Amino acid sequence: MDQSPPFFKRGPSPLARFVFFASLSAVLMVADAYQNYLGLLRQTVAVVVTPLQRLANSPSELGDRISEFFISQAFLQKENRRLQQQELEHSAQLQGFQAMQAENAYLRKLLGARKQSDQTLVMTEILYAGRDPFAHKIIVDKGTTHGVSAGQPVVDDVGVIGQVTRAYPFSSEVTLLTDKDQAIPIEIVRNGMRAIAFGQGQDSTLGLAFMPMNADVQPGDTIVTSGIDGVYPPGLPVAVVSKIERNAAVAFARIVCMPSAGVGLHKQVLIVTSDRRKEYESQAAPLLATPTQAEVKGKGKRRGEGAR
Amino acid sequence: MHANNHHPRQELLKPASGQFMALTLFVGLMLNLLPWSGAALLLRPDFLAITLIFWSIREPLRMGIGVAWLMGLMIDVADGVLFGQNALAYSLAVFIALLLHRRILMFTPWQQTFYVLLLLLALQAMTLLIRLSTGVDFIGMGYFAASVSGALLWPLLTLLLQLPQKVEPKRD
Repeated sequence: MDQSPPFFKRGPSPLARFVFFASLSAVLMVADAYQNYLGLLRQTVAVVVTPLQRLANSPSELGDRISEFFISQAFLQKENRRLQQQELEHSAQLQGFQAMQAENAYLRKLLGARKQSDQTLVMTEILYAGRDPFAHKIIVDKGTTHGVSAGQPVVDDVGVIGQVTRAYPFSSEVTLLTDKDQAIPIEIVRNGMRAIAFGQGQDSTLGLAFMPMNADVQPGDTIVTSGIDGVYPPGLPVAVVSKIERNAAVAFARIVCMPSAGVGLHKQVLIVTSDRRKEYESQAAPLLATPTQAEVKGKGKRRGEGAR
Repeated sequence: MHANNHHPRQELLKPASGQFMALTLFVGLMLNLLPWSGAALLLRPDFLAITLIFWSIREPLRMGIGVAWLMGLMIDVADGVLFGQNALAYSLAVFIALLLHRRILMFTPWQQTFYVLLLLLALQAMTLLIRLSTGVDFIGMGYFAASVSGALLWPLLTLLLQLPQKVEPKRD
């Protein structure tokens, strides 16, 4: 008997609906947190959201354009002079770099090592800072259609700022080094000591993890990427050691570093799109396939040195 | 005090048009998507959430948990957070609003602010719980500032969103 007027028809109760949608969200969250099943679903929603996001950004972009239009000539002249000077300095450095690159290529040939492929960089513009107050993320305007994929390092003119963690067709999400537990393998320039730096979350600093009390680290030490992970190119500035706490109650020294690169300073960042990991694996494959006794020993020794 | 203050005379309102509801939700979403950052981000009221709560109280038969859930998914993608966390939080807030809508309507907009504050706090607490379970640090009580600013926005929101539903008083 379905005679009740439509006025009284209310469908399932709010509780039933809530339980349904809550469990659906729970399934999504677990699937997203532990497996990467949801890439396609996320992409689909992104197709709808990205244009809206662009639309929402347009007023502030328009504001930027207008303020750019009214920029003073004196400022432009000053900037122009500064940039010219900088370019001169850079070109001088570049000449030295080219000579070094040629020498490096020659030495590599002598050693029979493979040529390192050139870095390919994609210039992107920061669209907006991530709106999640718990995370340190930025969204940039290049995506999978421009060759960007998750895992690629992101740098600015000073050093590393982070890593692409999600790539959408026309935008991608970059997790900054300062995000909690974002790790980067580093090397101290002064003594070549290797370690791993972790983001500290709230206070926008990095920390070196598991460093012994007597580790040779001093405030002011520059740390750069070590490149042994195969993700980040070696030698990029990461941070400067600012504070070291050696507390006898804790097993490890607490080493705080300030990141060199600043996201707040520029609107443009570069994504390193050459896949070093693949290259690295292909180079390492013959070594890993048949490790001779000598190689194993040699590796162990090298590792021992690195952990010194 | 006048008795009317405790039981305000229920104003007779026209039912809201579906298009207007959709438009307000869209505007709420766009306001959320503006490039907020830093302190402004912490103080930013969740425009979409209060619009959803408003319609679940005013039009409980037409505002569903499903709509809130879908809008939450869009926020999840736009903010790049765990997929489903805002969806769950929004569904929870709308669910509570649907349960309490008759009671909340008994009060004046300023008194309703208190209930809205509780709803927004529940929403933020839900998000916080999910975030903490994924292993991030709590960022301090400033996190809940958005609930307070959202609740303070409520009387203004009520005024604005009710304008098209006002009935011209007939003098006869």
